[in-house]
Amino acid sequence: MTRSDVSDVIVIGAGMVGAMTAYHCAAAGLRVTVLERDAVAGGTTSACEGNILVSDKEPGPELDLALLSIRRWQELADELGADSLEYQAKGGVVVAMSDDTGAGLTAFTASQRAAGIDAQDVSSAQLREREPNLSPDARSGAYYPQDAQVQPMLATARLLRAVRDLGGTVRTGTEVTGFVERGVATSAGIVHAEHVVNAAGTWAGQVSELAGAPVPVLPRKGFILVTEPLPRTIRHKVYTAEYVANVASSDAGLETSVVVEGTKAGTVLIGASRERVGFDRSMSLPVVRKLAAQAIEVFPFLADVALLRSYLGFRPYCPDHLPVLGPDPRVPGLVHACGHEGAGIGLAAGTGHLIAQVLTGKEPDLDLTPFRPHRFEEAPA
Amino acid sequence: MRFTFDGKAIPAEPGQSIGAALIAAGHRSWRRTRIDAAPRGIFCGIGICHDCLVTVDGAANRRACLVEAAEDMRVTTQEGAGRAELEC
Amino acid sequence: MPNSSAERNEYDVAVIGAGPAGLAAAAAAADTGVSVALVDSGPRPGGQYWRHRTGDDGTHHHDWAEFTRLRARIREVDHLAEHAVWHIEPGFTVHATGRDPVRARRLVLAPGAHDRQLPFPGWTLPGVYTAGGVQALLKGHGVLAGKRIVVAGTGPFLLAVAAGLLDAGAGVAGVFEAGTPAGFARHPLAVAGALGKLGEGAGYLRVVGRRYRTRTMVIAAHGTGELSGVTVAKVDANWQVVPGTERDVACDALAVGYGFTPQLELPLQLGCATRLDADGSLVATADDRQMSTVEGVFLAGEVCGVGGSALAVTEGLIAGRHAAGVSAGSRLLRRRRAQRRFAGALHQAFPLRRGWLDRVGADTVVCRCEEVRHRAVTAAVDDLGATDPRTVKLLARPGMGLCQGRVCGFATACVVADRLGRTLIEADLRGLAARPVAQPVTLGELAG
Ligand SMILES: Cc1cc2nc3c(=O)[nH]c(=O)nc-3n(C[C@H](O)[C@H](O)[C@H](O)COP(=O)(O)OP(=O)(O)OC[C@H]3O[C@@H](n4cnc5c(N)ncnc54)[C@H](O)[C@@H]3O)c2cc1C
Ligand code: FES
Repeated sequence: MTRSDVSDVIVIGAGMVGAMTAYHCAAAGLRVTVLERDAVAGGTTSACEGNILVSDKEPGPELDLALLSIRRWQELADELGADSLEYQAKGGVVVAMSDDTGAGLTAFTASQRAAGIDAQDVSSAQLREREPNLSPDARSGAYYPQDAQVQPMLATARLLRAVRDLGGTVRTGTEVTGFVERGVATSAGIVHAEHVVNAAGTWAGQVSELAGAPVPVLPRKGFILVTEPLPRTIRHKVYTAEYVANVASSDAGLETSVVVEGTKAGTVLIGASRERVGFDRSMSLPVVRKLAAQAIEVFPFLADVALLRSYLGFRPYCPDHLPVLGPDPRVPGLVHACGHEGAGIGLAAGTGHLIAQVLTGKEPDLDLTPFRPHRFEEAPA
Repeated sequence: MRFTFDGKAIPAEPGQSIGAALIAAGHRSWRRTRIDAAPRGIFCGIGICHDCLVTVDGAANRRACLVEAAEDMRVTTQEGAGRAELEC
Repeated sequence: MPNSSAERNEYDVAVIGAGPAGLAAAAAAADTGVSVALVDSGPRPGGQYWRHRTGDDGTHHHDWAEFTRLRARIREVDHLAEHAVWHIEPGFTVHATGRDPVRARRLVLAPGAHDRQLPFPGWTLPGVYTAGGVQALLKGHGVLAGKRIVVAGTGPFLLAVAAGLLDAGAGVAGVFEAGTPAGFARHPLAVAGALGKLGEGAGYLRVVGRRYRTRTMVIAAHGTGELSGVTVAKVDANWQVVPGTERDVACDALAVGYGFTPQLELPLQLGCATRLDADGSLVATADDRQMSTVEGVFLAGEVCGVGGSALAVTEGLIAGRHAAGVSAGSRLLRRRRAQRRFAGALHQAFPLRRGWLDRVGADTVVCRCEEVRHRAVTAAVDDLGATDPRTVKLLARPGMGLCQGRVCGFATACVVADRLGRTLIEADLRGLAARPVAQPVTLGELAG
């Protein structure tokens, strides 16, 4: 066994979650090896939007993780350079297109404020001050100064670069094919470590089965539209209040509620749909049409703007819509960091921080009980 | 037939693209890029590269090599991403 | 003719692309009696090869007789001009911008190719054109790109462009061929003979004559704001500059091209399998009937391998017949075999050599749309750990702009593969070629 094949921690998956976990572990002094079957950020991290949101979260454990994550993202932007991650604390604007939705939104923001989110109710006039190109039909809304954005692939690649600079190893093109005593078998031989972190995203269910400790992580398909580059016409991440209802929904059918945002490159991203159709990679025109229509409802000027491309990804979701975090009591040494669904970019910072605390024997800043890996096997109370 | 290019009259033959007419009139570049503000004109000439963008009668990002010139068409140069009408 | 197909917008066969391959496919399918739509973004049939203006009598065109023959044969075909196809759904529904969807039971994809470009210092200066672009300006619009034009790159197409320019009275300051078509023929005249077989006549070389220089490349373009000249140099067999041979040539236009890049977006949208062809292009895989790996989707012309117009016509005739459910005769198959052999020989005669990569400076723009410089591409590999062109694209943005990597995709893939110390593979090109939206379409149109 060569020295380089022994680490303190193996992280399976070089997506945002794996990279964050590896970075926090390496920064805490652990020897880390990241194993990725594809390329850097080759999974869902290369097929998402990079929103770091608190605005869409209801009070509960996910919100606690989101608040911790948003603080960590801000610190990381200071440590690594906001520009190098294309991190922008641009704030979120949620728009109610009807008075009914507006009333619901006001109630929602009240509950969010109570839970520690900076959620500000705004009038239609204030909305237009924030977003001059917004539809005149927008009735009221909420402003969330904490919402931010990052370029997910770039951030992942930078973090993995930092891991290497801290003495860690990143092996792409290396698939984990099984678990062995204190380590894993890969397509390029056996790698040993005290701990193995399952950060395999939407494929974490398969990896958990290889380990003999299954966790139910399933794909939830989403499309994103990308427009031609525009001047800075959209300042915040803007979405309709209906989005909040969809995120938490368990409906298997198609749901779309639009999130519109500008990027540093000038393109506008329009996302995202949510469908449970397995790993079906086909393009669906009806979904794309619906997203376009919803975006135009919020920003009418987009009707004349060209669609440049579209892409799709598969969110890793668990039946209860919470991620799976922490040591698995069924397999000593196995730790999970997966199932972040449509918020893995945002939640990755807190996730990496907590997993590193666990692996260095510290008390985690957040109670991990709601995220425990074996919760799906427990008899309902 | 004539169209205007930044207010100046440019002659064009029927069927000719805006870009071809501009080249025939001695213009090789008519756009500045978003990032480097570098001058660009026609490159591929067949609608592939999007280098030749102009604003035509107020519509940004039209490909000068594809759009046929028409009488009294108002063609203007495009700075960056164009769309000066939108509030930024 | 009253045509219920047209009324319902439903056809037995839809042919996409009205160049030599598509025209032939439409003609061959229509001859069997099925209903055929010929869909093309241009206002007139002909594609790049027979690009012409209204009222053009064909004087300056090659194989014009073939064109008029094919055009006569498509009288029963619904020619849907100015239909820019942006997406095809399985089944098949063809979506063109601003048009009603066209439905067809079978498809023939014949979208052709565009010039392949290799970046070099100064290539973004206005006045630098693709060779095909200079030809299109002339054939399609009657405009000369400049008063003193340099033609450069590699491949027999350069001769066609230069001859056309000279024929139209342009000043051609030089025709610089990077290769030595030696493996194929020792003497430029043999190239001309070969071109004759392509149906383009030895006349090209006679016209171009002493202006034709082999093993010579444009290594930089100069000018403040616009092109005023180029530096050319002798190169060795690997396209490395022979020191001391650099010289400046004044010009106001450069027509440059290094072969062709087939347009793969439609086959990829439909899920067709691809392969890397002998000339380094990503092409869609076709069987003996010209069918792709997707049932009912046939291919003709450059999408299944760059081979010139004569081969494209043959493939189109075969594809059109099979798409109509009738098999092609053995004569066509024999002709295709011979023409493919010849295309293969041409690829061997005009290969790309890696020397060009060494002249792409850190500062040279690789992606024109997003203005991504070579240094950003290599940094994505060296610093950010990218191991393939798609990852580089997502990290550094080459290929993310308006042209969606059509211009820079091939070069980006070459730069990345070279940086990783390996040769180009199919997956490299495929990672940059998928375009679910083949033409810009407004969100308003999408929303309906
Ligand atoms: C359309 C869409 C929009 C989204 N928008 C947002 C957003 O705005 N904000 C947000 O926070 N989140 C968003 N998400 C969700 C976010 O993308 C995911 O939650 C996040 O990327 C998950 O990161 P990950 O590292 O867990 O997974 P991944 O990025 O998928 O990484 C897992 C990696 O594990 C590798 N792997 C799997 N199995 C093995 C094995 N056996 N051996 C080795 N490697 C293996 C995979 O190749 C992959 O690279 C969106 C998702 C979609 C689909
Ligand atoms: S010159 Fe390339 S698109 Fe017009």
